[in-house]
Amino acid sequence: MNSVAFIVIAIFTLAAGLAAATLQKLMHAALSFAVTFVGIAAFFFLLGAEFVGLVQVFVYIGAVAVLIVFTILLTRRDVEKDRMFNWSGVVIAIAVFGGLIWAILKTQSLSVAAPEIPALTVKRIGEVLMTNYVWPLQCVGLLLTAALVGALILVMEEKQ
Amino acid sequence: MSPTLQLFLIVSAALFCIGLLAALSRRHAIFILIGIEMMLAGANLNFIAFWRFSSEPHQPTGVMIAIFSIAIAAAEAAVGLALVISVYRHYRTTNVDQLDQLKG
Repeated sequence: MNSVAFIVIAIFTLAAGLAAATLQKLMHAALSFAVTFVGIAAFFFLLGAEFVGLVQVFVYIGAVAVLIVFTILLTRRDVEKDRMFNWSGVVIAIAVFGGLIWAILKTQSLSVAAPEIPALTVKRIGEVLMTNYVWPLQCVGLLLTAALVGALILVMEEKQ
Repeated sequence: MSPTLQLFLIVSAALFCIGLLAALSRRHAIFILIGIEMMLAGANLNFIAFWRFSSEPHQPTGVMIAIFSIAIAAAEAAVGLALVISVYRHYRTTNVDQLDQLKG
């Protein structure tokens, strides 16, 4: 694994994530959100999980980001002007980050280098998905169907 | 020298905390959903990193959990955004501070 690529992707992803969390204009935040997920997909490629990286790009940038943009367009009436930034949230986030960093740096067994592994092919993922994980796969299919039907029912126009 | 597992965990912890910051400190419902999605992505990054650095990479368990987690996050986003649109139709606002009808 290349450490230069790691540093570049880390800075890119975290900067885009921070922009998505703090920008005032909703549309800019939604675009930064898409850029953040490009960075996370790049991390997946770096770690050798190309299939998950592709799924991430398709699902998040292709579907979720577009969904967020359309929701912003549909609820455009009150463009966010409130400069009320809740500082207690900042304090809690920094405290949680400090705790996590402390736990990560204190654990000795985590400072290992990556072992050489055989490439994970899509064929292997398909085999595992159709044998060991066939019940979770069916359940996720059912969940997605239920979620999409539920979302449609929620946004249907109410008859007077 | 190549990056260790610790560095990946630190990046995903930072991503999780940025998501937490967005979910806790913003007033707009869509920002809260964006924060939740970022927290889920940080967890996914952890799963993939632990799979890559494990001693048994032949079992793609971490990859499977990440794929299922992405699917569930997509379902959550669809329902959450539908709720935002529905709430906006009723109350003409997406500011979560003004949605205090259940306040006792």
